[in-house]
Amino acid sequence: MIVAARKPFEEILDILGDAERILVSACNTCVTVCLVGGRREAALLASQLRIHAQEAGREIEVRESALERHCDREFLDALTEDLEWADVMLSTACGVGVNLVADVNPTRRIVPALNTTFFGATDLPGRWREMCGGCGDCVLHKTGGICPVVRCAKSILNGPCGGCQDGKCEVDKDTTCAWQDIIERLDGQGRSPELEVFEPIKDWRASHAGGRRRRIVEEVFAGDAEVSA
Amino acid sequence: MAAPAPNADGLVVGSSLERVLRAGRFAVCGEMGPPQSCNPEAIRRSAQHFLGKVDAVNLTDNQTAIVRMSSIAAAKLCIDCGLEPIIQMTCRDRNRIAMQSDLMGAAALGIRNVLCISGDHQCFGNHPEARGVYDIDSVQLVATVRGMRDRSELMNGEGTPPRPRDPSKPWANVPTPLFVGAAANPFGDPFEFRVVRLAKKIAAGADFIQTQAIYDLPRFERFMELTRDRGLHEKAFIIAGVLPVKSHKALTYMKDNVAGMSIPDELVERMKGAENAEEEGIRVCVEIIDAVRRIEGVRGVHIMPPLWERVVPEIVSRAGLLPRPTFAEPAEVR
Repeated sequence: MIVAARKPFEEILDILGDAERILVSACNTCVTVCLVGGRREAALLASQLRIHAQEAGREIEVRESALERHCDREFLDALTEDLEWADVMLSTACGVGVNLVADVNPTRRIVPALNTTFFGATDLPGRWREMCGGCGDCVLHKTGGICPVVRCAKSILNGPCGGCQDGKCEVDKDTTCAWQDIIERLDGQGRSPELEVFEPIKDWRASHAGGRRRRIVEEVFAGDAEVSA
Repeated sequence: MAAPAPNADGLVVGSSLERVLRAGRFAVCGEMGPPQSCNPEAIRRSAQHFLGKVDAVNLTDNQTAIVRMSSIAAAKLCIDCGLEPIIQMTCRDRNRIAMQSDLMGAAALGIRNVLCISGDHQCFGNHPEARGVYDIDSVQLVATVRGMRDRSELMNGEGTPPRPRDPSKPWANVPTPLFVGAAANPFGDPFEFRVVRLAKKIAAGADFIQTQAIYDLPRFERFMELTRDRGLHEKAFIIAGVLPVKSHKALTYMKDNVAGMSIPDELVERMKGAENAEEEGIRVCVEIIDAVRRIEGVRGVHIMPPLWERVVPEIVSRAGLLPRPTFAEPAEVR
């Protein structure tokens, strides 16, 4: 799923500026699971805004809404009426949701309440960790299911670097070295000879380095492939 | 194009470092950190401590991710002083386009040795906000330099023509003559895998290997034993790293802050108890050099004196590594 973190309240105030009618829109999917942008967190943020305005002697109105997903056009119609009313929509969805709602409503101001951080997993209750970099050219079959592209700070494909000590990454002592994990996993599966194989230079075109990516399923797609929104 | 045949002395590039190593002499490398400014005097001054005392000197590439004068520019200043450089090239700051371009530029300026390394992560330096590149890794960089040298070929398989390409004229591609080095850290983890990675670097084409600074001799001896078991000492020249220190504080600092170092407590205590810490630091360094020289498969020593270049002549002299071989005539290669 997509994992996010809330922006500092001061920054959110700064983003909202003089807006008087604010729509806080929650998303029921990834950001609900990572406890940052679901109905509950959006309600909390709305209350914070009301209290802050009251203390500052400002008149604002805050409405709350929640969508099943912000990243799917079919759910966005529910926002139309509130968007017409609002000066600004403060989205607690991930950046994908902010982009799509803004593309669909190009005259409205849609702003993020979150910093979208990574593709990750809930590996323990209350902890999410990055697992995939979306590089577009998966190598997990060679690395025991451990992604060197994002789990290694240097994206090393023939690792580990010299900075691995006691199994930890030089960048963060609380993070295991991805290559330490890869080596142990492949050893455990009796696959250590594979670790001696040179991994050639990666073609990054499949990643963001090749520009904005898209995927089209011809049988389903009914639009014009050239139109971005 | 086939790999270039070495000349009668087995030389491919003809750098002093290559000549010393291929002649079976014990090599001595130094190391210099370029200044955090454009001041060429810093390099010229530093070079004086190494001249005639080492075969070649490493120029670090924005070491610890702190912005410094380019290693290639600093290397050219060394050449102008008569000192042979080994440029370090990290994978942190350049993508494959910039790397290959800089390798050509370095070779054009007369640089003949390159050490390919991952580089310290940008979070350790003075621009921790920077976006690291890491387009390719150090093993892949080794293979790249070998392709440019041996096949006159870029990573994409294109050749390296002598001038902007004119399809109407025939051309012979120009090789990039660089003696290729890689790093090995016998003190990083997982220990046994360190030799596997060394093997990968050598298989990718490393001619020489420089190790992390050695203080933990038993561990280095075990590393060399595993290296010999695979016959790697016969496939690349292994140069042992030593780092002289002036006080126990430097050791403690490295122990606590530098990833991938192993520093025995007895050594810290010995430095702490010394009456003259500088003298003791020199003695420790010379002892380590003596010890690594006796290990089968160690073909040279790489002295890394951080901000203490003036100690190099003393260490090299006491270790019995003088005089260094001189080469009046440039080597005839190719």
